[in-house]
Amino acid sequence: MEKYLLYPGCAMERSASAYLDSTMAIRDDIAIEFEEVKDWNCCGATEYISVAQTPAHALIGRNLALASQQINGTNTLVAGCSACYLNLSKTDNYMLEDDKLSEQVNVALSAGGLNYQPGTLKIRHLLDIILNDVGLAAIREKVIRPLKQLRIAPYYGCMITRPDPNKHFRNAEYPQSLDKVMRALGAEVIDYPMKTHCCGGHMTQISESTAYEMIRGLLYGATQYKADVMVTLCPMCQLNLDAYQENVNKHFKTNFNIPILYFTQLMGLAFGHDAEELGIGKEFVSPGKALAKIGIEIPEDQASPKTKRKKDDPSLPMPAMPKDEEVI
Amino acid sequence: MTEQFEPIIIGFTCNWCSYRAADLAGTARLKYPPNIRLIRMMCSGRMDPTFILKALSEGADGILLTGCHPGECHYLEQNYKALRRYLMLRRTLPQFGIEAKRVKLVWASAAEGVRLAREITTFVEEIRALGPLNWKDSRAYNNGYGVAEVEVSTEVPA
Amino acid sequence: MSAAPKSEKERVGVYVCHCGTNIAGIVDVEDVALWAKKELGDDGVVISRDYKFMCSSLGQELIEHDIEIEGLTRVVVAACSPHLHEATFRGACDRAGLNPYLCEMVSIREQVSWVTTDKVKATAKAKAMVASGVERVIHNEPLDRMYVPVHPDTLVVGGGIAGIQATLEISNSGNKVYLVEREPSIGGHMAQFDKTFPTLDCAACILTPRMVDVGNQPNVELYTWSEVERVDGYVGNFTVTIRKKARYIVEADCTGCGICWEKCPKKVIDDVFEAGLGYRKAVYTPFAQAVPKYPVIDTETCIYFQNGKCRACEKFCPTDAIDFNQEDEFITVTVGNIILATGYDTFDARRIPQYGYGRLANVFTSIEFERMCNAAGPTDGEIVMRDGVTKPKSVGIVHCVGSRDNRYNSYCSVICCMSSLKFAHVVKERTDAEVYEFYIDMRTAYKDYDEFYQRVLEEGTHFIRGKVAEITDAARQPGEEGKLIIQAEDTLISRQRRIPVDMVILSTALEPRPDSKEVGHKFGISCSANGWFIEKHPKLDPVATMTEGIFIAGAVQGPKDIPTSVAQGAAAAARVLCHIGQEQIELEPVRASVNADKCSGCRICNDLCPFNAILFHEDLMVTEINQALCQGCGTCVAACPAGAITGSGFTNNQIMAQIEGMLMFSESNGMTRVAEPVAA
Repeated sequence: MEKYLLYPGCAMERSASAYLDSTMAIRDDIAIEFEEVKDWNCCGATEYISVAQTPAHALIGRNLALASQQINGTNTLVAGCSACYLNLSKTDNYMLEDDKLSEQVNVALSAGGLNYQPGTLKIRHLLDIILNDVGLAAIREKVIRPLKQLRIAPYYGCMITRPDPNKHFRNAEYPQSLDKVMRALGAEVIDYPMKTHCCGGHMTQISESTAYEMIRGLLYGATQYKADVMVTLCPMCQLNLDAYQENVNKHFKTNFNIPILYFTQLMGLAFGHDAEELGIGKEFVSPGKALAKIGIEIPEDQASPKTKRKKDDPSLPMPAMPKDEEVI
Repeated sequence: MTEQFEPIIIGFTCNWCSYRAADLAGTARLKYPPNIRLIRMMCSGRMDPTFILKALSEGADGILLTGCHPGECHYLEQNYKALRRYLMLRRTLPQFGIEAKRVKLVWASAAEGVRLAREITTFVEEIRALGPLNWKDSRAYNNGYGVAEVEVSTEVPA
Repeated sequence: MSAAPKSEKERVGVYVCHCGTNIAGIVDVEDVALWAKKELGDDGVVISRDYKFMCSSLGQELIEHDIEIEGLTRVVVAACSPHLHEATFRGACDRAGLNPYLCEMVSIREQVSWVTTDKVKATAKAKAMVASGVERVIHNEPLDRMYVPVHPDTLVVGGGIAGIQATLEISNSGNKVYLVEREPSIGGHMAQFDKTFPTLDCAACILTPRMVDVGNQPNVELYTWSEVERVDGYVGNFTVTIRKKARYIVEADCTGCGICWEKCPKKVIDDVFEAGLGYRKAVYTPFAQAVPKYPVIDTETCIYFQNGKCRACEKFCPTDAIDFNQEDEFITVTVGNIILATGYDTFDARRIPQYGYGRLANVFTSIEFERMCNAAGPTDGEIVMRDGVTKPKSVGIVHCVGSRDNRYNSYCSVICCMSSLKFAHVVKERTDAEVYEFYIDMRTAYKDYDEFYQRVLEEGTHFIRGKVAEITDAARQPGEEGKLIIQAEDTLISRQRRIPVDMVILSTALEPRPDSKEVGHKFGISCSANGWFIEKHPKLDPVATMTEGIFIAGAVQGPKDIPTSVAQGAAAAARVLCHIGQEQIELEPVRASVNADKCSGCRICNDLCPFNAILFHEDLMVTEINQALCQGCGTCVAACPAGAITGSGFTNNQIMAQIEGMLMFSESNGMTRVAEPVAA
């Protein structure tokens, strides 16, 4: 049993409760134990840090200080929401680099009887621990309902890989972590070109048309590749793509109908859990059609064996892409 | 009359990289304190720890060891051996009652004249702050600064 | 521990150079000379002069005269850096009959006058340096230069254009060359190209005559499909073991008719010569003009080697030249010099996933495109998309893929701007496509290169100055459907641009071979941080290495174009011929030697030598150092706990005396002696 400190964040508590529910549902399958940080507060999301840096860092620092008090067998703090993860990670790293900031933050924290030494915690995203600590082999082992025939567009969103001061992801512009996890579940993962493009974030509140354009691009990219479902790891992304899909359709006169699920929900489905247990059913865009595909076992197509290259086939061979375990 | 203490530093350079860096510093007319005197060897691997002890016992206050960057040694790997000796020496010196900081290792490639000059300048100041060594039979010090009490270390570093 | 005293006092001459005002402007040279006579007279200084320019003939004559007339036995010249004039003054001593190694140079210019502003302190430091020189030189021993004979044969590793040039130059002069090439044929990367810039000569047309010359030259022993296994020895006398890998073809019987590869049923993707874009058989020659003409069997794909069936080639070979039982052969040769010309490798564009190579069908690398353009290539020279049929109507060419990029390689690969222009020209020539080039800078530096750029500009290629951010098939606007969209900031108009094209060519970086470190180790040379082999001097000696007798030529030393590679191949050949012509090479007598009486056989020194110069005699339980292999680094000298190893030219006595000399005089007391050199 691997133990981790958990910082759920405001979204996972409420609007993205499905994310938290599904994470909790699969934790026995992947042998993980979570200890929630006591009395955690909001991380300030993307706004506060752009408006008032030092108070924002102090706000985030309070969570770090509280988490550091709970270090007991583990000093890894996990966040599921990309913005929370990024904020926690940023504050820790900036405090480490900048002594003055560290001092200021600790002065603020001391008002509440708290203190945080930067570098005490290892801050990681939920996807990171699932890929690297749990491992693909362990995931594959637990799959009892492989997601065959389900075409998944893995959508990372812009925050999880950038910036990446502790180098948790190998390639910021073209990460493969989520792809690998989904493939381990047996799903068909499309090579989604927009995987790290921004969903618009809070632009939905500031400038709707800008946000809709960005969301439209993402949805269009997924449908171009005939994805059945888009899989995300950030509540903001899920919200924008799911809740605003209808608005986008109205605005652009399109008819996108692609469900947006969390990767933990798909893991749960593959591990044999019920849809309800995983919080599926709360979305705006129903995933019914997509999930029908995996409700039934589809046998491997025996009729079409691997086609041999025809004698006068003029096409040029493609270069081989590295396997999941390969590093180039 | 209290003038500023002028340390004497002996520098060991390797013929291929750091000595050429010192030459480059000269050609570029960079200025660094005259407190340092450079000895040329073919390779930093020639560095015998007894040279350092000799220099310190003869009146040097600090020793600067220089050589090619790891991976760039003209003789392929000998600077790693110099590094090993240096690290062991750093542990041994306190047992003589000599601050380990009096001996410093700096890698400098033949193109790094500016850097070498800067390192020399920094090192001179570092030694100046440490004060004169005044090894027992010190010869070059007859300048009435008084003998600094140096505690002989009884703790053996791990 | 201190310098052993000498029984007889030497007669030392000290010469302090003014170097015009370079030294004299800061250091009081006359004072230094006078001081040396006064303070070091007891140590043996009998003559002490100062002179304006010691390196001049008059300056040297001063030394020669004093040696002859005054009977000097040691000389110290306080002047510039020994890297400049050590040889000059040693020559002067030699001419006057004094062993040149009894002369020491002390640098009071680069080390004193040029780096110090305070005249008083500079003069004091100069005096300390002179004292150190004098104390040291007293302990110098006369040393004899070493000469090693040079074996007239040469080894050239790598059969690309640089290696071929070097081979022809040396072999045409009447000397034997062993040319070892890893692939089944010589030719290197140049054989893969279609046209060469800026003349647009057909690469094969200018290369193959040279290749044929190599094949026909009786002085060349050509080993293709071979590797160098082991190198022992030293300049003038290297022993090299070559592994001639089994071709499974009996060369004596093979006529190169080609029936074997015609009949071979196993077709595989050719990753090497065709850059993954074309096919070959399991038994193959890489290209039609291969030298030598003998094919090889690739055991990893051959049906017989994999599961014992087939043997079609054997059946059909009219001369029975197939031998499945052939084994690797090991050949040992002796050579005097070695030239490494193993070339470059191309950057793996899959490392930049946002450019889409490997994911998006119509993204090609430059080497793939070369093969496509080549009339003998997989598409017979037709420029088509990945489906092998459709002609592109728009092509994007991306510069600096993996070059000038801190995430991959920060250097510039030199040739890609020109080859990108070449591609633009070829596309325009053979198709009606629009061509867009995305560049950071245009590097068209050499003869006729910029004129070529002007020509391509006039042909109508569109140039966009901006590093490409992304190549994607995700359409965002009408007109982008079904195309590859290149997104870049056009920095000259400060706008983001999305250019839809049919096909993209990535001008990938040149990289060192993946095994360059191991190869370097095998030959005793080192690689720079980027992986290219290190030359002796980047400006003045680009083909020699720090190891005598080993030379490098061509792209293995750094990315370069064909004319420069050819020039370097010829230069390396010239250096080798110089060695061969002299018949012997002079080695510096800075060497280590073991006093067998003092050696206790502890073997601490045995593992310290990277040149394998240290041998242990089991029967005698003592270590010996091979004088010719020893490079004189002195590491073993420092390591010997018994002090049994002497490093001539840099003995413990010399260095200890040098240290003493630097510290013997007190600056605060006007540089008067505070210590006597301590008796042992």
